[in-house]
Amino acid sequence: MTSFVVRRLIASLVIFLAATYIMYVLTALSGDPLADLRTSTSPQKAQLIASRTALLHLDVPVYLRYFIWLGGVGKCFIGQCDLGVTIQNQPVTVLLGQAASSTLQLVTFASLTAIVLGLIVGITTALRQYSSYDYGVTFISFLFFSLPIFWVAVLLKQYLAIGFNDFLSSPDIPWWFVAVASPIAAVLWAAILPFSGRNRLWTFLAALGATAGMLTYLKLTNWFTYPHIGVLGLAITGTAIAFGVTGISNGLSNRRALTAALIVVGIGVAIYFPFLYGFSFYLQPWSFALLAVVTLVAAFFIGWRLGKPDRAPVARTTVIVAFVMGLLITIDRLMYVWDDYSASERVKGRPIATIGAMTPGLEGSMWVHMLDTFTHLLLPTIALILISFATYTRYSRASLLEVMNHDYIRTARAKGLTERTVVVRHGFRNALIPIATIVAFDIGGIIGGAVITERVFGWKGMGALFQYGLDNVDPNPVMAFFVVTGSLAILFNLIADIVYAGLDPRIRLS
Amino acid sequence: MPEPAPSIAEETNENAIALKEVEGLSQGQIVRRRFSRHRGAVISMIVLAAIVLLAFTSVGFVIGDWRVPGWWQYDWAEAVALENNGLPTLDVFHFVVGNHPFGQDEIGRDIFAVVMRGTQQSLMIMVIVGFIGTFLGTVIGAISGYYRGVVDGTLMRFTDIVITIPVIVIGAVLGRTVGIAGAPVLALVLGAVVWTGLARLVRAEFLSLREREFVDAARVAGARDGRIIFRHILPNAIGVIVVNATLLMAAAILIETGLSFLGYGVQSPDTSLGKIVSENQVAFSTRPWLFWWPGFFIIAIALCVNFIGDGLRDAFDPRQKRMPSLRALAKAKQGGSA
Repeated sequence: MTSFVVRRLIASLVIFLAATYIMYVLTALSGDPLADLRTSTSPQKAQLIASRTALLHLDVPVYLRYFIWLGGVGKCFIGQCDLGVTIQNQPVTVLLGQAASSTLQLVTFASLTAIVLGLIVGITTALRQYSSYDYGVTFISFLFFSLPIFWVAVLLKQYLAIGFNDFLSSPDIPWWFVAVASPIAAVLWAAILPFSGRNRLWTFLAALGATAGMLTYLKLTNWFTYPHIGVLGLAITGTAIAFGVTGISNGLSNRRALTAALIVVGIGVAIYFPFLYGFSFYLQPWSFALLAVVTLVAAFFIGWRLGKPDRAPVARTTVIVAFVMGLLITIDRLMYVWDDYSASERVKGRPIATIGAMTPGLEGSMWVHMLDTFTHLLLPTIALILISFATYTRYSRASLLEVMNHDYIRTARAKGLTERTVVVRHGFRNALIPIATIVAFDIGGIIGGAVITERVFGWKGMGALFQYGLDNVDPNPVMAFFVVTGSLAILFNLIADIVYAGLDPRIRLS
Repeated sequence: MPEPAPSIAEETNENAIALKEVEGLSQGQIVRRRFSRHRGAVISMIVLAAIVLLAFTSVGFVIGDWRVPGWWQYDWAEAVALENNGLPTLDVFHFVVGNHPFGQDEIGRDIFAVVMRGTQQSLMIMVIVGFIGTFLGTVIGAISGYYRGVVDGTLMRFTDIVITIPVIVIGAVLGRTVGIAGAPVLALVLGAVVWTGLARLVRAEFLSLREREFVDAARVAGARDGRIIFRHILPNAIGVIVVNATLLMAAAILIETGLSFLGYGVQSPDTSLGKIVSENQVAFSTRPWLFWWPGFFIIAIALCVNFIGDGLRDAFDPRQKRMPSLRALAKAKQGGSA
């Protein structure tokens, strides 16, 4: 395993070095870095040109200048990164530090959401091949696939952000909306869930009632002014999730798994009030991360203790349930500061942000800042997700369909295994193998999309750094962008290889 | 009562029906027939043809110094007096086209003419990128897969290097260098960076096809490498190539519009759909039509090409069989037992 990872890393590193050389040379040759000085009428023209030449080593031929840059990067290994200076003599390392965090946040957030959504939708469409749901999703994913990201981003900004902010200034759901939205949601649910005949009618009615009830509840409690999940909502959602996850992952007949999952939900509900009104006020980002890890480890042990004789799947279930519960509680905590945030001096009642990665000068607790990050991430993430979502949906659908036609699926069915076991254990697991490759491959596309999205939303991220460098024919910022994104791509590819080996026992990493 | 298992005769019978459908047809005929059965692809083909026709006949086009005039009254570069404050005159419900169906921009250019010119440029770039990318990908993949060994190793490492750089990034760098030289040059350069995925696929196809008996037979018969590659293996790999060529084109139009939006694509005074959107995004709140129409054409073209690619995939894939759904099976079972 270790030797495989090391070998892979060395091979990727060599390829990456070659790629950086190409990028450096192409960027340096893409124009004249002295163009603005040559046409200037300043009396010290010659001096300015000389100083910039000295600053950027322009007297060294491009083919060798690369090695000056590489030497600076090499210092990273002794802890003194030097990515060169920009045309205005700012150290790129400092600029990169500011830019990288917001872009990486965006890319990671968008990738993870797109993977989860894409997998769910892709797999459900494959299981219901040639249904109207399948055709609908196919058309929508083709549409998403064909959308220019910058165009969608501008639309989102105009309609979603400004429209939703207008709505939030006087948040009232009109009754006609309840009357129109409930049947639409009910039709969608009836189309998505795999029932037919009378059961489908029941699905329709249940979804109709649930949506109408939900919307009425939101309306009557003035939810959008005081958003909350509440302890009751947490208990209901948590129980539903416990049943859902156990049902898919272990089967509801596995009482031990169900009990373990419900215990986790119970603990979540029990710590709800102490967390919300107690110790959440004392949390710092690092202690919050620590708490999250502790929660997941604790959930793992609960599953491990209760899960005899088949411990691992039960532990997996409890960890997933704990993760979702933690997420719900965190969201509720964020909603708790919503009012403060929305009414604050800087936000002025327009919480969905259209510009930048954070509100400058915002004061408040960690939760306010976290909420601020999320409201800024919302639109760019949606814009980025749309395209990757289409890719993942198509690939996971095709992959599962391919797998489900294999003989061993027929064997599994013939053995009398339940449809759940056949799909989840025999089908899904094998279908994940090709998807792992696509995910690693797609990261380049997401980064490219991030450059465009950042521009539309005015983020001062790595896309801006890249553009700044390219506009001034200055390879240093461009290379800083490329080093970070390239390493990210290599990392994802490595993870894909390891996941590959985890999924497919025929592949041995040594 | 237990159901009788399907006898062997019955199963062969089923196969015979499937075979009968394609009996006496050439490969091309089978593909055409299967393609025409894909409704989305056929509609997309018609729509795309209509867009091409509209774009090239309406405002005319330029080849070198030779200008072919079109039937539309305005030119994409000329500014005329603002009518009705530049509002679009197109009214679908009353069948009114009017003088400026897509409206005018702030200096009075007719947006219909501008969008048509942009569509021409984007279509042209799409086709050139598609051809160059397909050509390079096929050649590199074919050589790699056929010769294997050192050649393969070198070419594939080179592919790995190019694939490491996101297309939009290397496209932006190259576009900044050559964008000023005009749209065709930009297209050539973009074509030179998008071939990587196709090269890998073609290589994989060649690696498996070169081990087949018909290749051995050709080699024993004394065929040279070139003949084996082009006459024997390539026709068998054509499905993969054609399908990916269409997908490449769909990606190309999005890359081009994205680059033009960032300012590294087509340069003024020339225009493209992405450039129109980029120029007008600030005017969105005051003149949204400047923004809607180019976006609409980008989506229409990309969607059509994607659907055609999907249709081609279905047509070329011989394993594609319509599997009955569980519900259909259940229904058939009920019908059988009743």
